[in-house]
Amino acid sequence: MAHLTLTHFLVISALLFGFGLLAVVTRRNAVAVLMGIELILNAANLNLVAFGRYVAGGISGQVFSLFVIVLAAAEAAVGLAIILTLYQMSRNIDASAATTLKE
Amino acid sequence: MQTEFIIFVFLALATLIGAASVALSRNIFWSAMGLLSSLVGVGGLYVMLSADFVAITQVLVYIGGVLVLIIFAVMLTSHIQDINVSNRSMGLVGGYLVFFVTATLLCFVAIWTPWKLTGELPVADTTVAIGNGLLGTWLLPFEIASVVLVATLVGAIVIARKEVKAD
Repeated sequence: MAHLTLTHFLVISALLFGFGLLAVVTRRNAVAVLMGIELILNAANLNLVAFGRYVAGGISGQVFSLFVIVLAAAEAAVGLAIILTLYQMSRNIDASAATTLKE
Repeated sequence: MQTEFIIFVFLALATLIGAASVALSRNIFWSAMGLLSSLVGVGGLYVMLSADFVAITQVLVYIGGVLVLIIFAVMLTSHIQDINVSNRSMGLVGGYLVFFVTATLLCFVAIWTPWKLTGELPVADTTVAIGNGLLGTWLLPFEIASVVLVATLVGAIVIARKEVKAD
């Protein structure tokens, strides 16, 4: 039990994914939904790196996770820009009430 | 090995408690702090997986960039008076149902699948290999990622700037 294996990391990653999904489906605040998406991406990254270490070998898993990090940063920038625009328009960032971005 | 396992448990707890507070905390700012704890924990787990470059990138990009952006958004969009409003969309029962089904299924798969393990690699630094890979095998994806990054950042500026009304 005291020896770390692939399964330990996969279980952590599964729980992280579950919490991210929980945040995405239950929160209405759009920023919190974005945080849930970041958690899901982190869970996927952890899986990629863990499989790269224990199964595939080499660095392909790590390079793939670097690309995921780059795209997550881009996604966060665009998502937060949209949220700020939404807030300037309607003073409200309730994701279930947002229907327009432009009057 | 025992020390390694203790550190692993510590990092895992930081990750999961942070993730839980992102999902469940009623205060959005505490959610952001939970995200911080979770990202630091995942960075530590990368180090345990001998992915030092990915861990540093995680700290620089996620904690230094994405998290700061998110805290900016939290500060700019929430009034002080409604910072404690709990806003649930789907109802907690449905959310917990989704959580338990997904997490149980994924844990079941993770534990019961006979993974083809290749034996543990020695802990080594990976920066040289990643640098050579990014300018060799993965050159095209690397360049495409940089173009995508420029395009999305320009797009973010265009979306977020104040519109100049043409009279």
